[in-house]
Amino acid sequence: MRVNSSFRLRLAGGVLLLAAAAAGAPKLKVVSIQVTPGDFSLNGAWASERLLVTGILADGSLRDVTPIATFRSADSRIAAVNRSGLVTPVRDGATFISLSVAGRKQKLHVTVTGAHRKLASFRNSVEPVLRQAGCNSAACHGAEHGQGSLKLSLFGGEPEADYDALVRFCGGRRVNRTDPRQSLVLLKAAATAPHSGGARLVPGSRGYDVLTSWLDQGAPWDSAADAAVVSLSLYPGERTLRKGETQRLLATAAFANGAVRDVTAEAVFHSSDPRVASVADGEVKAAGTGDAAIVVTYLRRAAVLRVAVPQTPPANFPRLQANNPVDGLVYAKLAAMGIPPSGLSTEAEFLRRVYLDTIGILPTPAEARAFLADRDPQRRARLIDRLLGRDEFDDFWSLKWGDLLRIKSEYPVRVWPKAVAVYYQWLHQSLAENKPYDQFARELITATGSNFRVGPANFVRAVANKDPRTVAESAALVFMGARLGCARCHSHPYESWTPGDVLALGAFFGRVNYKSTLEWKEEIVYLDFKANLRDPRTRQVVQPRVPAGEPVKAGPEEDPRIRFAAWLTAPDNPWFASNIVNRIWFWLMGTGIVNEPDDMRPTNPPSNPQLLEYLRKELVDSHYDLRHIYRLILNSRTYQLSSEPNEWNAADTAHFARYAARRLSAEQMLDAVSQVTETSEAFRSIIPEPFSNWPSDTRATQISDGNTECAFLDMFGRPPRDTPYEEERDNALSLRQTLYFLNSEQLEGKLSSSPRLKRLLASKQSDTEIVDEIYLAALSRFPSEEERKRLLEYLGARKSARAQAVQDVVWAVLNSREFLFNH
Amino acid sequence: MLDIRGRTAGWTPGGVARRDFLRVGAASLIGLSMAEWLRLRAAPSPARSVIQLWMAGGPTQTDTFDPKPSAGEDFTGPLRGALSTNVPGIQIGTLLPLLARQADKYTIIRGMTHNNNGHETAAYIMQTGTMPTTALVYPAVGAIIGYKKAEAVASSGLPPYITLTSPLGRFSEAGFLGNQYKTFAPGGDPNSANFRVQGLAPPKGVTPQRIEERRALLGSVEALAREADRLDQYGSLDEFQQKAYGLILGDAKKAFDLTQEKDAVRDRYGRNQFGQSCLLARRLVEAGVPFITINDGGWDTHKDNFEAMRRKLPIQDAAVSALLDDLAQRGLLGTTIVTWYGEFGRTPRVANEPPWFGGRHHWGQVFSAVVAGGGFKGGHLVGSSDARGEALRDRPVYPWDLSASIYNLLGIDPHGKLPHPHGCVAYVSPASGGAMPSGGLLTEIM
Repeated sequence: MRVNSSFRLRLAGGVLLLAAAAAGAPKLKVVSIQVTPGDFSLNGAWASERLLVTGILADGSLRDVTPIATFRSADSRIAAVNRSGLVTPVRDGATFISLSVAGRKQKLHVTVTGAHRKLASFRNSVEPVLRQAGCNSAACHGAEHGQGSLKLSLFGGEPEADYDALVRFCGGRRVNRTDPRQSLVLLKAAATAPHSGGARLVPGSRGYDVLTSWLDQGAPWDSAADAAVVSLSLYPGERTLRKGETQRLLATAAFANGAVRDVTAEAVFHSSDPRVASVADGEVKAAGTGDAAIVVTYLRRAAVLRVAVPQTPPANFPRLQANNPVDGLVYAKLAAMGIPPSGLSTEAEFLRRVYLDTIGILPTPAEARAFLADRDPQRRARLIDRLLGRDEFDDFWSLKWGDLLRIKSEYPVRVWPKAVAVYYQWLHQSLAENKPYDQFARELITATGSNFRVGPANFVRAVANKDPRTVAESAALVFMGARLGCARCHSHPYESWTPGDVLALGAFFGRVNYKSTLEWKEEIVYLDFKANLRDPRTRQVVQPRVPAGEPVKAGPEEDPRIRFAAWLTAPDNPWFASNIVNRIWFWLMGTGIVNEPDDMRPTNPPSNPQLLEYLRKELVDSHYDLRHIYRLILNSRTYQLSSEPNEWNAADTAHFARYAARRLSAEQMLDAVSQVTETSEAFRSIIPEPFSNWPSDTRATQISDGNTECAFLDMFGRPPRDTPYEEERDNALSLRQTLYFLNSEQLEGKLSSSPRLKRLLASKQSDTEIVDEIYLAALSRFPSEEERKRLLEYLGARKSARAQAVQDVVWAVLNSREFLFNH
Repeated sequence: MLDIRGRTAGWTPGGVARRDFLRVGAASLIGLSMAEWLRLRAAPSPARSVIQLWMAGGPTQTDTFDPKPSAGEDFTGPLRGALSTNVPGIQIGTLLPLLARQADKYTIIRGMTHNNNGHETAAYIMQTGTMPTTALVYPAVGAIIGYKKAEAVASSGLPPYITLTSPLGRFSEAGFLGNQYKTFAPGGDPNSANFRVQGLAPPKGVTPQRIEERRALLGSVEALAREADRLDQYGSLDEFQQKAYGLILGDAKKAFDLTQEKDAVRDRYGRNQFGQSCLLARRLVEAGVPFITINDGGWDTHKDNFEAMRRKLPIQDAAVSALLDDLAQRGLLGTTIVTWYGEFGRTPRVANEPPWFGGRHHWGQVFSAVVAGGGFKGGHLVGSSDARGEALRDRPVYPWDLSASIYNLLGIDPHGKLPHPHGCVAYVSPASGGAMPSGGLLTEIM
């Protein structure tokens, strides 16, 4: 975009005012500029380099001023530059590109070599063309069995296989060495021959040129000028944009031979939230307020740009009020995004919330009365300490971990009831004694022994089949929060993980073997030192390797899992501690700092990296004391904010401007109903044998086996524990749940047989006291004057059917949103 | 790789050969030739509903639909002989006389096979029509049909995937589709006078007047509470409560009310849980529910097989024959698929030694399934076992062949996609991926 020169003014001192690219924006003062890249070189006829000019303003903020810069080549017979700063080679030589913007000038040196050379290799030149043209997408040849008998690897994860597919398979018909321009791959791509995918490469385009040159050169795998790509970087790496503003991007790839090249035109871009920022043609446009990540991929490398688009804050932005450093970090991000936080929750709101989030049950009326009457200024912190020490804390978090570790008797986990009991017992014990988290992880990963006697040995057993790759994927998901499993079938779309990475991680578990005993369904996990994981395609032994790490040579009598556990729990491991602190944040706050919490990867950046790093360091420094993290989060003002939105933060869900109200989870719901009515459920499991029956006072949050029958829990979204993903738990409302609360026999039975209600009715207590007790039991607060009045009216009009009237009141309270939601 | 020469499928590593693509283009690898595929694509999809009769535990085929009277007592046990049916050449077990008179309505698939003998895995295989993979936990066929045909019951408020009356519990049924596609299981015994569906019918003792009073009370409680109205979730709670009252006060529950049936009809189905469940299933089909499964247990007869057969088969005989006849008389058999099978069959050779003393064990190599209605022709046999019933003789039918045939009759494209939470590609019938042995769709009877 060019700015009308009449807007330009020259002032003494070299400071210019200029109109911003977006209409109606205030004029800015550019103090200095920064040009990316520095001096560069262009190699080969297809090389090009984008120039990005960033203006630094007086307040330190950055603006992309490339659209208003002018570019000139000192010798356009060597290198040409166009209006938008794209430099292309013309002839071998060296020259300067000069640019000027806002009164600043800069010169870049450019060296051109091989300006007429069109060396194309499959690995580096053709593969990106296929990706960009969509040839290997899931809808086309990247489909599970390809299209029209051509199968390419999805997302280009296996370039060697793709090369074979194009050059060697199909009797070599796709590539015609005697008449290259008649090669089937070219004819189809240009739709010269009938191609149901249409014309993907247009003659004259760069992609078409690359493909024809490659064919002319005999379709080589690689070429002399080429080297393997080592890394990909994206400029800028983070930027705050105003709504409507655009930002050009520069993606640069570095190769093993030291070459560095602009690959923006060949790379594939993706926005994590197009409503916030959209990306097209190497340019980002900020469409709405919020955070977004722009991911660029090229040759299975990825890089990310973090875009923040703040909203206009209100005039009186609230001051920072901090209970601990967590609040300072959250507040800094809120201020930067222009989102004022909500106010503090009331005592009653906090009381009910912290009980549910920490121990999964409601406070008793007596506990509620005591807390609401407490005048100690530290009452909230004291309550948190008390709750962290209660037995119910261990129960509730054993349930959470049971979901992650998939403690379940039946398909697909199939550890059977005996192992479920042993596994759960170990888990519960570990949480109760606050075992350091790194030790906890190590025990799970490296355990051996009978799965009926050694609880953690079930970790390698709790996979649908006994494939080491699946165990590795499970370990990656649970302990790193990484969806490495996506890369099992195909290269990960946004990360550089490939099926080879999954295989190499699986190799750590390659020596695990299982033997059965005379006891039915028991299996002993042992180390078979002669076993090694072999690549299913090449039958070669796979060396264990962590993602982006070096292969590890496992000694002849070594358990490679120990090395994996050591790598994982090392203090500087970027995944281990971040994963668990992010998960705990997610469990307590409803949204993770990285969301989804089990999708941690560089291209899914945290909404608040400083906060995540602070919590990570706190965990490591406290010797992996998980309760320390709970305490930090629960005591923060951020956790204790009201769930009521103000007009500025109503749309925000990612920055913790208020507490996220959510429906009670399945187990919390059942226990809450049982608690209010003082009834219980008899849990049992008759599939499989041996049958399991739990004592009648067992709470839902104490259930160990994912196979326990309970229609209520299924209806309210209890996870089936088939996979460790957090999303398996479904806390959404549904029509059936509403029908249950409004109209079910089971709930009616709980109301009519409720010992609490019977006691209240039999006692000589007044209607007021009864209504108070009901509200305290279910909602952890006293009713307001108006509520009391209305309910006393209702009860007063039904003195002859008093028991039923009291049940109606409890029924109404249980159906209210305040009961069904944790707010 | 599929063997081009015939329907028998071999299993070789290395995926699918190019020639098989050429057979049907990129479309189907379920053992079809191009002509068959085109014909099927053009064929109408008559079925609207499926009633799956699930015999949990694995029902014996030798005593039911694949008798081997000439194999000797080691195989027949005390149930020697077989009954001729009203279709020449088809014989079934001696304890099923009523079904013998209706053999023109159903087809017996004697070539079912999947070679798995574990209850939970075989149940997963038969109910989902897939082999277990580590990548995906598949939803059951019922959940997929419920998902695809949800609009058939959207206005009535009935759930599209109903289990009578308790879920199996072996696996999660909804698989990766998620919790909202789980089956609806009302619980209880339809044969009992107290049978009512949780949530739809008001609890005993709650009169319509009380419902109204409570509703008003709830309204005031909500209005007076100091909670903000601005959160989206609260809005959807209101919406659901409105819809729920619509159902409670409306007619949806009438489908579950068996007192509306004449006694003679109820007697004919049999006054037992299974019989009345079949009758209830017929009513639900009339109300438009696309998939109903009835779970009947007690078929895992490692011991006392023949006592169990004497007890259970008359119940099955009465109920299933009543169901088929009733559907036919009401003109519903053409649009309702009825299936009868379990996770596997049972050993043809009777285990007479201690501690079994006359039991049969698991047999996944070859067993039987019965299909009727909804576009399936009746009075046929598909596949066969050898003289003793121990090995497959010809025309294997794999669980995915059966499920793909059912999808076809319902007008659901087996190559269609299912929504996966991570955006993975999942087909309605994973056999569309092609790398599985297949006997082919049941084109002989479609």
